[in-house]
Amino acid sequence: MRLIAETLSCRRSGRRIFSGLSFALADGEALVVTGRNGAGKSSLLAILAGRLRPEAGRLRAEGIGERTIPETLHVVGHRDGLKGALTAQENLAFARDLLGGAALAPREALARLGLAHAAALPVGYLSAGQRRRVALARLLVCRRPLWLLDEPTAALDAASREALAGLMREHLAAGGLVIAATHQSLGLDEARRLSIEAYRPPAPSGADLAAEFDR
Amino acid sequence: MRAFVAVLARDLRLAGRIGGSGALGLVFFLMIVVLVPFALGPDLNLLSRIGPAILWLAAVLATLIGLDRLFQADEEDGSLDLIAGTPAPLELVVVAKVLAHWLTTGLPLALAAPLFGLLVALTPTAMAATSLTLLVGTPALTFIGAAGAALTASIRRGGLILAVVVLPLMIPTLIFGVSATEAAGGGTVPFATPLMILAALSLVAAVTGTLAAAAALRWGE
Repeated sequence: MRLIAETLSCRRSGRRIFSGLSFALADGEALVVTGRNGAGKSSLLAILAGRLRPEAGRLRAEGIGERTIPETLHVVGHRDGLKGALTAQENLAFARDLLGGAALAPREALARLGLAHAAALPVGYLSAGQRRRVALARLLVCRRPLWLLDEPTAALDAASREALAGLMREHLAAGGLVIAATHQSLGLDEARRLSIEAYRPPAPSGADLAAEFDR
Repeated sequence: MRAFVAVLARDLRLAGRIGGSGALGLVFFLMIVVLVPFALGPDLNLLSRIGPAILWLAAVLATLIGLDRLFQADEEDGSLDLIAGTPAPLELVVVAKVLAHWLTTGLPLALAAPLFGLLVALTPTAMAATSLTLLVGTPALTFIGAAGAALTASIRRGGLILAVVVLPLMIPTLIFGVSATEAAGGGTVPFATPLMILAALSLVAAVTGTLAAAAALRWGE
């Protein structure tokens, strides 16, 4: 598939966060989105995932046939979408049945992330890093071309970061797309970089600020 | 269809686990029904006359238990983002979640109504009638409630707002539920007439509630 963003701009609670953001991403390419805290990385990923409507601009995809963009992507972010009362395996089986396109069995996917021993444990008992790995295992349980990762390495140890980098390289080699928002190095040398701060609207002058407050 | 079964099975499983609202609605229902004789005194004639109304009122309130978490829990932990990526239509997911809620709340209420009817001195006919009307009418309550739950999904402490929004909409169901039960015990109206209207209310609520809840979830994005 090919994902094309055209002059996207985003406004949240009255404040414009970025504008005029464009990029195109084709099979096997990765995009690393960087920027300080609150610069709009998560907002950009929410727009790409179809959870937030851009203020202006357009997002389209080529080569996905009948599917809509949200049906071609995986999101792993701060809110991991895991139910604490269900076991890791049940959570992954649910994701597989919900999303379709089954690939690896839940237990094998957990084994790839070094969590085979925790497959039968309720997710509520797992540590933050282990929860994140269960959420990442979802990427392997269903095959989808576009991975949207928001701070994927948060709470991960060095070995898991290495495993994640391996998974991403494998996915890219198989023709997948990865868009990751991060502060840390992901181990993707060939990834393109997009600094979201370059698309910040010019700082408002005093008159503009007054107008903002009037609203 | 696979997504429908997956959501239904997950919600039923969650209701049965710790922190789920599985048996809570039933216990709440029992509490209200037990409190009424204490408040009114041991006048059996009075109790058996207003018994169906008490059971229905208790059912309406018990339906609200857990309803505020119907979509809110999924909104908070990001499950709604996951659900947004399913190829199945959102309406189907809503129906699956509402069905799971009804199976864990409405259905046990209807089945337990004859037993709880003993506490308010119902006649056997009135027990059977209450049970049947609850079976036919509680889906309407759950579907109406689901629309309110979807509207308040992203609001913190939305439970109270949910009750305020949803309870007025449940009045027609309450009226016809109670009048059908009373018609069964003799009266000028045959039992079937209010029961048919109750069934119609459930069917209408199933359609409009589903569409409204799905629209509210999309809009909330």
